[in-house]
Amino acid sequence: MKLNILIVGVGGQGTLLASKIFGNYAMLINKDCKLSEVHGMSQRGGSVVTYVRIADKVYGPLIDKKQADVIIAFEELEALRWAGYIKDDGLIIVNQQNLYPMPCIIGKADYPTDIYERLSNYKASVHKINALDIAARLGNLRMTNIAVLGFACAILKLDKPTFIEAIKQSVSAKTLEGNLKAFEEGFGSV
Amino acid sequence: MKKLLLGDHAVAQGAYEAGIKVAAAYPGTPSTEITEYAAQFEEIRSEWSVNEKVAFEVGLGSSMAGGRALVAMKHVGLNVAADPLFSFAYSGVNAGLVIAVADDPGMHSSQNEQDSRYYAINAHVPMLEPADSQEAKDYTMLAFELSEKYDTPVIIRLTTRIAHSRSFVEIGTRKEFDREYVPDIRKYALVPMNARGRHIKVEEREKQLAKDVNSFDINKVEHGTNKIGIVCAGSIYQYVKDALPDYSVFKLGMVYPLPIEKIKEFADNCDDVIVIEELEPYIENTLKANGIKCHGKELTGLQGELSSEKIKEIILGEKITTHIEQVPVRPPVMCAGCAHRGVFYVLNKLKLIVTGDIGCYSLGCAEPLNAMHSLICMGASVSGAHGMEMAKGKDYSKKNIAVIGDSTFVHSGITGLIDAVYNKSNITVLILDNSTTGMTGHQEHPGTGKTIKNEQTHALDFAALSTACGVKNVAVVDPYDLEAVEKTIKEQLEKDGVSVIVAKRPCVLLDKAPKLDCVEIEGCKKCGICLKLGCPAIRKNEDKSVSVDSTLCIGCMICEKVCKSGSIKKVAGGSK
Repeated sequence: MKLNILIVGVGGQGTLLASKIFGNYAMLINKDCKLSEVHGMSQRGGSVVTYVRIADKVYGPLIDKKQADVIIAFEELEALRWAGYIKDDGLIIVNQQNLYPMPCIIGKADYPTDIYERLSNYKASVHKINALDIAARLGNLRMTNIAVLGFACAILKLDKPTFIEAIKQSVSAKTLEGNLKAFEEGFGSV
Repeated sequence: MKKLLLGDHAVAQGAYEAGIKVAAAYPGTPSTEITEYAAQFEEIRSEWSVNEKVAFEVGLGSSMAGGRALVAMKHVGLNVAADPLFSFAYSGVNAGLVIAVADDPGMHSSQNEQDSRYYAINAHVPMLEPADSQEAKDYTMLAFELSEKYDTPVIIRLTTRIAHSRSFVEIGTRKEFDREYVPDIRKYALVPMNARGRHIKVEEREKQLAKDVNSFDINKVEHGTNKIGIVCAGSIYQYVKDALPDYSVFKLGMVYPLPIEKIKEFADNCDDVIVIEELEPYIENTLKANGIKCHGKELTGLQGELSSEKIKEIILGEKITTHIEQVPVRPPVMCAGCAHRGVFYVLNKLKLIVTGDIGCYSLGCAEPLNAMHSLICMGASVSGAHGMEMAKGKDYSKKNIAVIGDSTFVHSGITGLIDAVYNKSNITVLILDNSTTGMTGHQEHPGTGKTIKNEQTHALDFAALSTACGVKNVAVVDPYDLEAVEKTIKEQLEKDGVSVIVAKRPCVLLDKAPKLDCVEIEGCKKCGICLKLGCPAIRKNEDKSVSVDSTLCIGCMICEKVCKSGSIKKVAGGSK
C-alpha cells in the first residue's frame, strides 16, 4: 500500500488532528509514514495543507503536484486551490462548507460559484459530504473534521476497526464518544 | 516502542534521554514545540524565558553548574542570543549545552529567511543537521556527547520541514547525567587576558574536530548507479532520494565543520558533483574553497524552499505541468472575536502612523485594516517610534503610535520603553495584552501568571511596570470598548512625555467554553462600514448587504459598535 494524501482546509478546521489520525493508522498497519504540518501564522484562518505519506518506506515529507492519491478538503474553495496536486485517477473528497477568505469578505474578489464544474476538469473522482450538518446535528461543530474522516475511511476502503483505533489514540478521552459518533455518521453517509 | 513525533518533539525526547536538567526557550515558529514537549517531563526544569538571550544564558548557567541543558529558538531568535553564543563558545562547557535552532526557508512564519549555518562558522561552534525525527533525536543525544568531548556548545539545526514533520521515533529510557561544578576563572571569566587563552583553545578544538569529523558515521555515502554525486543535508536528502533515486549521495549529518577529506574522496569517485542546499551557498562555497569542483546555486537559487518536484525540474529537466487554478487568495486573518480587531479599526480611522511588532496583531498590516506600517523585529515598534520622534519631533509623534503585544513587550519592548523615557521622548506605546503568546500557539509568559508547567507564578503588571520605568501617562482600556479605545488613544497622543496604553482582554481562543452569543443583521443599509473590520464571520452579499456566518461569530459585538444604522443585534446561538 502506498498512499499520498493532501489534507487541505482553513486554519482552525482541524487538519492537524486529521493527519495525526492517519499517522496512527499507518503505525497500526505497520507502514512507514511522514506527516508535514503547518503551524504558526497560517493557522490563523489562512489556507492550510497537511501532507500525509504512507508507504513501506517514505523519504520526503511533501507531495509533488499531480502525485496525491487523495485530496481531503475541509472547505470547497480549498479543494479547488489544491486540485493541481491530484493524480489522474485520484479521489477528491470535499466537505461542502464555504468559508469566505478576506478578499471575498471585503468584496475585492468573488467566491467562485463553479467549484465542482472546475473540479470535474480533473481526471479524478469527486465525492461530497456535508459534514458540517452532521456535526451540527450532533451538537458540536468541532467534530466536522472527524465526520469527514469517517466518510474518507469508507470511500478509501480503509480498515474501519483499525481507523477507529487510530482515532482513539489521537483524541482526548473526553471527546472520544462524540468523535466516534461523528465518524460513524460520516462513514455511513457514503 | 516507537512514536510518531514532530522533529521538534524528537529533539526534546533526545535531550530527555540524554539526561538534561534544564530546557529554556522563547516561543518561535517553527521551534516552539521543542520546549513544550520537554516541559512534559518532570525531570526537566523547563521555562519560557523572556527572550532567547536569557534562555541561552539560563542554559549556559546550567552547563557551568554541571547539568546538561537544551536551549531552543527560531533562526531570528539566534540573533537575539548571538551575544552569549559567541562568548560561551570561548568558555566551553562543563555539562553539555545544545542549542536547537529552527530555520524557516520560504518564510512560512518569519520575517526573513536567514541561514543559521553561518552562525556555526562565525562562532566556531559545531552544527548537526538531522533529516527526520529519528535523526533529530539521535543527533541531539550525540550533540551532548560532542559538546562535552570537544568542550563547546553544539547547535542542532532544523528547518521547518524537519521541525514540523512527523515521523517514527524509537523511544528509549533516560540516563541521568550530573557533573560537579568546578570553579575555573580562566575558563569562564572572559576578561581579555582569559579570553585570549580561550581563543587558542577554540582553534585547537576546531582543528581536532575538523579532522575527526571525517570518520563520523553520521556523514554517509550512498553509492548509486548514476555517477553524478549529490552533496546534501537535512530535508534535502529526503527530496533527493525521492527525485533522484539512482544518484550517488553524500548525506551530511554534521554541517559544521564539514568532512572535507571524506567529501573529496566521494567527489573523486563521481563524474560530477552537485551541492543541493536551501538558502545560502554555504556547503558549495566551502567545497570550492577546498578545491572540490561542484555545481550549486547557479542551479538551485537562493530563495525559498526546495522539494523533490523542484529538484526533478532543476536536475532532470522534468517539469510537472498542471493547471493552476485562479482562485481568491486566503491569507491568515485575525480570528472572529479577536480583541485586536477593534483597536486596529480605530488606528486606521484616526489615520495614525503605526510602528508595529511581531505576533497575531502583525495581521493589522493586512487588508482591510491596513493599520500597521512597519514590522522589523521583536521590540522595534517601541524603539522605532522613538527614533521617528527623534527625527521628526514632538508634534509628529502625536500622529505616531507603537503597537506591541504583551509577550513581545516582555521579550524586547521594555528596554525600548526605558530608553524612550530616559531620552525624553514623546511616544505613545499601545500594549495589546491578550494574556498569551498568541501566534505561536498560546504559550505562557511573565505577564500571564503561569509557568510553562502551568504552575501559578507572579504576573507582571504592565501598567505598574510602565510607571516604574518613569512613564507619566498610563491608561488601561478594554479593547472591545471602541469608544474608550478611541478616546484614550487621542488623549494619550496629546500628552507630553511617554504614554502607555494597555488594551487588556484575553485571546478569544483561550476560552474553550461553547460560544453562546452571535449577531443577527436586520435592516442592513449596505454602507459596508462593518466590512472594514475584516471579520471572517461577516461577508458581503451580492446585493451589497452583509450577512453573518453563525458558525464563526462569537458575539464580540465590535461590529454592532461600528454599525451606524443599528442593524446589528446580539442573539443567542453562536458557534458551539
